[in-house]
Amino acid sequence: MTTLLDVRDVSKRFTMGGIFGRKTVDAVMDANFSLSAENPEIFTIIGESGSGKTTLARMILGLEDPSEGEILFRGKRVSRHGGRAEKLAFMSQVQPVFQNPFEAFNPLKKIERYLESTARRFLQTRDKAVIDRAMDEALQKVGLSLKEVRGRFPHEMSGGQLQRCAIARALIPNPPLLIADEPVSMVDASLRMSIVNLLKSLRDDLKVSVIYITHDLATAYYISNRLIIMQRGRIVEMGDARTVLDNPQHPYSKLLKASVLSTDDAGDGKLATDPGMVKAAGDLVGQAGKLVARPDGREVRVYG
Amino acid sequence: MAEDIVRVENLKAYYQMNYFGVRREVRAVDGITMTVRKGEVYGIAGESSSGKTSFIKVLAAAIRPPLRVVEGSVKFDFKNGPIDVATATPKQIEAVRWKHLSYIMQGSMSVLNPVRRIGKTFHDFASRPMGLTGKAFEDRVIAHLARLKLPADVLKAYPHELSGGMRQRVTIGLATVCHPEFIIADEPTTALDVVVQKEVLSLIRDIQKEMNAAVVFVTHDMSVHANVADRVGIIYAGRLVEEGPTRDMFFAPKHPYTAHLVASLPRIGDVKQRPALEGRPPNLADPPQGCRFHPRCPLAVDKCRQEVPPMEQVGPDHRTACWRWQDVKPLVGASAPSGVMA
Repeated sequence: MTTLLDVRDVSKRFTMGGIFGRKTVDAVMDANFSLSAENPEIFTIIGESGSGKTTLARMILGLEDPSEGEILFRGKRVSRHGGRAEKLAFMSQVQPVFQNPFEAFNPLKKIERYLESTARRFLQTRDKAVIDRAMDEALQKVGLSLKEVRGRFPHEMSGGQLQRCAIARALIPNPPLLIADEPVSMVDASLRMSIVNLLKSLRDDLKVSVIYITHDLATAYYISNRLIIMQRGRIVEMGDARTVLDNPQHPYSKLLKASVLSTDDAGDGKLATDPGMVKAAGDLVGQAGKLVARPDGREVRVYG
Repeated sequence: MAEDIVRVENLKAYYQMNYFGVRREVRAVDGITMTVRKGEVYGIAGESSSGKTSFIKVLAAAIRPPLRVVEGSVKFDFKNGPIDVATATPKQIEAVRWKHLSYIMQGSMSVLNPVRRIGKTFHDFASRPMGLTGKAFEDRVIAHLARLKLPADVLKAYPHELSGGMRQRVTIGLATVCHPEFIIADEPTTALDVVVQKEVLSLIRDIQKEMNAAVVFVTHDMSVHANVADRVGIIYAGRLVEEGPTRDMFFAPKHPYTAHLVASLPRIGDVKQRPALEGRPPNLADPPQGCRFHPRCPLAVDKCRQEVPPMEQVGPDHRTACWRWQDVKPLVGASAPSGVMA
């Protein structure tokens, strides 16, 4: 098995403030996981705000250097430094999809401009026909076509369509890995599933691996193969998505699952979260513990 | 049955613009008739650009040009007398605002003034409607914050010093400190993550029960409605398309749009392919003829393309605007209909 992405003991520490009142924040601590090159999968990172999931994604994208540990992409170290050509080669392999499609596109420019600049950069060509073909191919993959998109501004499209355009842009250099940071949280309810289904078909049909970052457990359960649950920078549970979410073991994972609003008892108005659970999960913040493998293939952080 | 706190009758509110002699009209609210009863939570669901924000702007008596009420009435029945906010004078509106009619706003970061301490903001909002000042006012606010499980110290804090959940609780406190009879909550939990979201929702529910206030709860997240609302109304392209008790809406929807919204929610423990609704919400400046949902509707027939379906009573408390409501089946558990992207 060759690895596509290898995240080894990665930590990130941010320092805030000047000489006086200097504070450090551990955004990510000892993250370890790897993605295989042969089996494309949707790998989900779950966590609440401030759990370090976006920092981890930024490090994988090479926008942030880890304080400790290293991230290897196809055996090569991901780094913020290095030559332009090297960086461009890396960027054509790993592409991001951002949270809010309305902010990802310049409202004053036509949608195709965003796609075009990506195509020009990664295909290293100025030939209009080649660029158009690449854009059309990418748009076809997401269920759109260049004919529909050409000449339109971002405000003329719905959030779901725009997010698909953003995904199409990411697909132009044919990357083996996409990093989608909360791609559905700003998309309307009726269009949300079309994006989620699209990510699924990217994996199944185009063999693209996706790192899917979310705090929505339901969609994570629906599409992901494996997942990690992060609490304040630490991975607390990791394993097969179905195994973990059907029966979470770490107190924090349990709390997350209990907090998912269910529609099964619609109208009954049951809402209270067990305060014992909140406390059990909160007490573990800041304790190191260590990840221990369980017989069903998952890893759970245990303490003491 | 409880009395109504507000009756909305055939409300039409349009954005009318006149740029360089070109008139444009956006029919954001187009003939909505509904009532909210005293002491209930009424959920309004609808996607962005469906006109739900314009509708609650009218409900909240915040009608500013270019938004104009063209037709219809919004009659409130408050303790200090009835009022029709569609035609009321600014003075009449000021008499009910915040004291009887208040608003929990979306995005608690931008609602609170970042350069003013929370206590000052409380003073700005609530001191006049409550008619209290100084120590008496502060004591009331602190007592109220304690009910929201907020320490008195937050009054001295700036908004950025509080966490997202705390800020949202502060805005809830701000909206409820005068014990209003009618509260509008506009997507109060969309920016929060799951654990905090549940906490905030149960808090809104508790305080609503305690004060016996009516709450109009607006969000596009159907799973929130399932847990909070007593009745749910679905707005699509400026019109109310279905309204009913929460249970019925989820288990026996009578409008294809509702059926899709409910069916598209993924659940833990169920990996069946979920249907996604194709197409996009219509542009309200140029809405389609007939039923506005017909271009996206799997059940559409010729009649839907030409005639606007009326609101029909289909069960106790349950109304829908669909020509073919008898044929609408709940989609949960069913296989995806044709025309749905795999």
